[in-house]
Amino acid sequence: MKRYDAIVVGAGHNGLTAACYLAKAGLDVVVVERNDFVGGAAVSRELYEGWTYSNCSYVCSLLRPEIVRDLDLPRHGLQVIPYEGGLTFMQNGDYFANYDDHDAHYREIYRHSPRDAEAYEHYAAELMRQCRFIKPLLMRPPPDPTSFRPRDINELLYLGKAFHGLGELEMYDTLRFWTMSIAEFLDEYFESDVVKAHLCGSGIIGTALGPYSPGSAYVLLHHYMGEVDGNIGAWGFARGGMGSITKAMASALQAEGGEIRTGSGVERILVRNGKARGVVLENGDEIHGKTVVSNMDVKRTFLKAVEAKELPGEFLTAVRNFKIRGSSGKLNIALDGLPDFPQVPKDCPALRGDTHFSDSMERMERAYDDWKRGTWSKDPYLDTLIPTRIDPTMAPPGKHYMTVFVQYAPPHLADGEVWDGPNRDAFGETVLNQIAQYSPNFRDLILHAEVRTPWDLENEVGLTEGNIFQGELTFDQLLFNRPVPGYADYRSPIKGLYLCGSSAHPGGGVMGAPGANAAREMLRDLDAPQTVREPVQ
Amino acid sequence: MSAGYDVAIVGGGHNGLVCAAYLAKAGRKVVVLETAKETGGAAKTEVFSPGFKVSSGAHLLYQLHPKVLADLALEKHGLKLAADDLATVALARDGAHVTLKGPSVEGVSPDDARAYANLHERLLRFAAALRPMLSQVPPRLGEGMGLADKIALAKLGWSIRRLGRVEMREFLRIVLMNVADLAEERFESDLLKGALSFDAVLGTHLGPRSPSTVLTLLYRLAGEVSGGQGRIALPAGGMGSVTAALRQAAEAAGAEVRTGSPVAQILVEQDRAVGVGLDGGEVVTARTVVSNADPKTTFLCLLGARHLDAGFVRRVHKLRSRGDVAKLHLALDGRPEIPGLSEAQIRGRLVIAPSIMEVEEAFNAAKYGEASAAPAMELVIPSLGDPSLAPEGKHVLSAVAIYAPYALKAGWDRTRESFKQRLIDRIALYAPKIEQQIVAAELLTPIDLEKRFGMTGGHWHHGELAVDQLLMNRPVPGAHQYAAPLPGLYLCGAGAHPGGGVMGAAGMNAARQVIAREKR
Amino acid sequence: MPLDVEQEHYKVRVRGTPFHERTAALNLNNDWQRWAGYTVPNSYFNSELEYFAIRNAATLYDVSPMIKYRISGAEAEAYCNRLVTRDVAKLKPGRVAYVVWCNDAGHALDDGTLFRLGESEFRLCCQERHLDWLLDCALGFDVAVEEVTWDIAGLALQGPASCALLRRCGLEGLEQLKPFDVRDFDLDGQKLSISRTGFTGDLGYELWMAPEAALPVWDRLFEAGTLHGLRPAGSAALDLARIEAGFILPTVDFVPADQALRHTRGRSPFELGLEWLVDFGKGHFNGRRALLDEKKKGSQYCLVGLDIQGNKAAPHALIYHGQNVEVGQITSAMWSPTCKKNIALASFRRPYGDSIRTDLWVEIYVLKELKWDKLMVRCKVVDRPFFAPERRRATPPGDF
Repeated sequence: MKRYDAIVVGAGHNGLTAACYLAKAGLDVVVVERNDFVGGAAVSRELYEGWTYSNCSYVCSLLRPEIVRDLDLPRHGLQVIPYEGGLTFMQNGDYFANYDDHDAHYREIYRHSPRDAEAYEHYAAELMRQCRFIKPLLMRPPPDPTSFRPRDINELLYLGKAFHGLGELEMYDTLRFWTMSIAEFLDEYFESDVVKAHLCGSGIIGTALGPYSPGSAYVLLHHYMGEVDGNIGAWGFARGGMGSITKAMASALQAEGGEIRTGSGVERILVRNGKARGVVLENGDEIHGKTVVSNMDVKRTFLKAVEAKELPGEFLTAVRNFKIRGSSGKLNIALDGLPDFPQVPKDCPALRGDTHFSDSMERMERAYDDWKRGTWSKDPYLDTLIPTRIDPTMAPPGKHYMTVFVQYAPPHLADGEVWDGPNRDAFGETVLNQIAQYSPNFRDLILHAEVRTPWDLENEVGLTEGNIFQGELTFDQLLFNRPVPGYADYRSPIKGLYLCGSSAHPGGGVMGAPGANAAREMLRDLDAPQTVREPVQ
Repeated sequence: MSAGYDVAIVGGGHNGLVCAAYLAKAGRKVVVLETAKETGGAAKTEVFSPGFKVSSGAHLLYQLHPKVLADLALEKHGLKLAADDLATVALARDGAHVTLKGPSVEGVSPDDARAYANLHERLLRFAAALRPMLSQVPPRLGEGMGLADKIALAKLGWSIRRLGRVEMREFLRIVLMNVADLAEERFESDLLKGALSFDAVLGTHLGPRSPSTVLTLLYRLAGEVSGGQGRIALPAGGMGSVTAALRQAAEAAGAEVRTGSPVAQILVEQDRAVGVGLDGGEVVTARTVVSNADPKTTFLCLLGARHLDAGFVRRVHKLRSRGDVAKLHLALDGRPEIPGLSEAQIRGRLVIAPSIMEVEEAFNAAKYGEASAAPAMELVIPSLGDPSLAPEGKHVLSAVAIYAPYALKAGWDRTRESFKQRLIDRIALYAPKIEQQIVAAELLTPIDLEKRFGMTGGHWHHGELAVDQLLMNRPVPGAHQYAAPLPGLYLCGAGAHPGGGVMGAAGMNAARQVIAREKR
Repeated sequence: MPLDVEQEHYKVRVRGTPFHERTAALNLNNDWQRWAGYTVPNSYFNSELEYFAIRNAATLYDVSPMIKYRISGAEAEAYCNRLVTRDVAKLKPGRVAYVVWCNDAGHALDDGTLFRLGESEFRLCCQERHLDWLLDCALGFDVAVEEVTWDIAGLALQGPASCALLRRCGLEGLEQLKPFDVRDFDLDGQKLSISRTGFTGDLGYELWMAPEAALPVWDRLFEAGTLHGLRPAGSAALDLARIEAGFILPTVDFVPADQALRHTRGRSPFELGLEWLVDFGKGHFNGRRALLDEKKKGSQYCLVGLDIQGNKAAPHALIYHGQNVEVGQITSAMWSPTCKKNIALASFRRPYGDSIRTDLWVEIYVLKELKWDKLMVRCKVVDRPFFAPERRRATPPGDF
């Protein structure tokens, strides 16, 4: 029976990234995927005839440029186009837009608050400083501060040096930034509610935190540290939907001689004598390999696919205590035409970006209160996009596709309520109502709407509780704490078993960094040629 | 014009007095200038109804720094404890109360009891690792870093590293976590979880689900009183006796204490603090001015922005210092009865925090400038163990209640009475006859606390105790080593590191800085 | 901000100034430059000839996009004194001062001109926007700060003939304006505020007016200017004149401290050659303590004028000591047509440029028919301004 060098469990973007780097090193690699298609949560799917849905993730910004280049993804069909703006509707009939043009953007903020227009420059500079600090940390394993290994000490020194490279005040500000709430951070710069609300969204998306929760400023940074063509903080569309990222990765993998097996997921990871030996698939097939790397989240990997007896008790406790609460839902909508938004001139370029309907941080925080109570938000925060305004290939001519990310939606409903049935419909209606309030013809244009609850995401993609980051982005689960203390180096208590998904450092988003970092560690362990660039010291 | 002093201390709160005592002991000529008729600041015993006395601000002693206690010989100066190790009782509506004392907890399942003992021991260990930091000057980083800063930093690193690998990992994981998750990971009893989360959030603008509430819990546990870490004590004669002892200690060391002397401004000449001006025009000259007032009052009111750089002023201005705690005092004409409590229990600290979610809901309101519909509370009946506080056979109940936001949207004038009634009703759920026993009731909202004790925002920590306002960021960079940017001016209050609570560490640390930097 | 408050401001991304109708008609090159959301001519017909008109006759330059703040209130003077490093108490109504202001670290945020229009009214003109900083500075002062950029159109009339030209317009007593004086005048019924200021180092005036007065004033000046050789000048010509005058420009010769992502990029007035603007004796001002400290410990950088061998302008070139140790960088450079020298402003790491002034070399790359030539040429530190004609100070000025 064939024995692979590496078996990758799950064909999400991180699994594929890891597989590509491993295959580039000449390793014999197979990726096994439960679904009939690759992509994990970065997929393009035709769920309504003629329409391509990015029905899970919907924005491309965090994908590390190093990976795009190393894997030559553009040659395999990936095209990323930047957003043209963004917009928040206000309840008073006005709106706040952001424009790609600096002067237009300035004037738009000025319209809401002259002071804020100037403060924005300082806010952006501060975020940029934080990005400069964090960026070099993404493509390297986080050091274990409790360890005395030379490599950890080296990495700690690097971190210390990077930190020390900041000025004295910036150091203090960095300490503050990492621990404060996004609301407090924005309050320090801005006075206009809508300006704050518009900027605040990134502080909560995908997270079981509200804008007033300490630590949410970091979440904003996590969304902000991506880039499109060197423009830090820019968001973009993947032409043809998010699936084109993973399609390009799969194509790159096959070009390197890697195999992909779809249609049957991993039932169990085979462990013998404390060492990973292969996997057993749901269809009974056994695949043997020298190493196994799991793109599944940490809970699925260690609580479901590995027998408990193979793992130390403390490790299992730590995995059980890992917070992976879902906080969001999604709607994918096929539209017969462009919805009207009478509040905004039709030609406003900001409509070609992300649009929102929460015009104050308080509304967003109240939406979070609902999550805490175990209900979906009655006045949710929506991140809506009509990608077909930019990429006409995703729907028939003149027709449109709309993606609506909904925050908050708890996986566990209070009072024993379940998601399927009336609750799912009511949740969908809540969202459609919010949009329809601002668009009179919106409902008439709907040809098809897919309502996705946190459980749909878990069932279809395997993300526990529908948490899009495979684990919350709070300090107790970042850097050396991610996924569990002592195992932030992509390894596990089982020799030859690795993690490469977003549960690992630096976390979620369609970034690919965990996949690349995991591959680097595997290649080190296997003494194989290193294809993942070592971080520059 | 008064004679020149070495040091003028603005405000005779407990930290001001501690600072004065240390400076006087070091041979400095010190004057303490207190606005009120009595020293003590927010650590005071006051009559709120004829014959009834209560600790009108802080009412429990968690963490009088042992070094302060010993260095200033406070026991010699009259400090006595009426109770030195109070139990905490999480009140249950059905009378099945849960009692916590040290590592033990009664009224919960054996699993919970075991888990609690483990957690308690662990938290004490973590808190102990942080404790040395309390009596240390937070270091400077970067260009400004000196040898002392490096040592301070190394000490902190070492005390955490010394925990050992397993414990250090757990420490680094939970230190910024939220207390709700910490509790949910371990316990099933709602009362236990409620009480634990109450301890973590009391005095902050955080709810149990807010990240970093484990740290605020550790802060509470880091202190030590009557020789035990994590204990709670009641001073005999109320909190005023603590400050009375401090005043005695300061005066015995040679400090002059002037009450009824409100400082109107800090005087500046040649870019240096040279004394203070009092209401009414009297000038007290001093080579060094130390302010026990909160940072906003000190910098923006007493000193004035014009003597400071605008970036610094902006930081002070943005300092979050709005309190969320109200104080309720009840004069009772009999002994309050709470069904299900033993004699020992009722003398303890009674907590009304039935579950994490109820505390969280109470906090939800505060986020939007509303008072909690069902506030969480901490009650003590100090007169049970200290008859000096009430006429014979009568009693005093002192309660703190959260959340009562300073900036109430509806305004406190319109809300005060209904909120007071809400608190009484809430107590009555557990002590059904209490309403008939009330002779007098006083509610101090954060607005009242601000007015009475001169604390901006009525915040008993003089500034929110949040991670981003700790250490080098407390109160703001540039003043975090007690010295203000203006030469000759220092902070010694709760707004400075390590924050509030009747601890005295800020006053002690500040004194040390003054002695080191201001040569005589 | 009359136009801009409209929701649909995005339809016109770049705005014309109140003079746009006229400047557009004269812009034969159709060569525009974006400035603070406005468009102004970079050159009209030939920037070199426009430059010569500045030095030789008279030119009009549209400075309307210049950022302007109105600072007023009982404590406006105290406020300004805390804001800038100079002693504003010495600035009398009707006078203008060149000022620099710093953050807490003593690093320059910007430089500009401070007009004292009355006992308790000032106007600050500068290149960068600072509203949030200026409002933060107002904490604790009885003062109001508002941006008035859009309410005031500005024209710089610069050149040896500028005084004569204005007098021809009938502005009586104009010749009595001393450098840095500002006074109100009436030009055919249009209210004008005229200051004897400018960015050329030559005789010149800046004219401030309501936007409605812009076109009539422009026309009147051109009508009177025909006899004085008046020509429009664009930004390129002005830049040549300002380098000769030795004036520094934020974002070009230094990074405003609030824009610097790297904290080491900030520069103090001492490091920009502006020590003469720092008055430690006047009481507290932003950055004072940091600057005192710097004065004690010594500054890290210096900004000086250079005379470079040869005739190839060397913008952004690196400077070496002994041809191998990198010691500085050129921030602005040009061949000076008036001085007949290859001049530059440069930032040095001290002691280079300060006490070590010999053996300094500039690395210049010159593209010659698609082939780069690398030159290593000597330079020497020289005094600024490079060009300082007597006429810029003479009062009354010559009547050309």
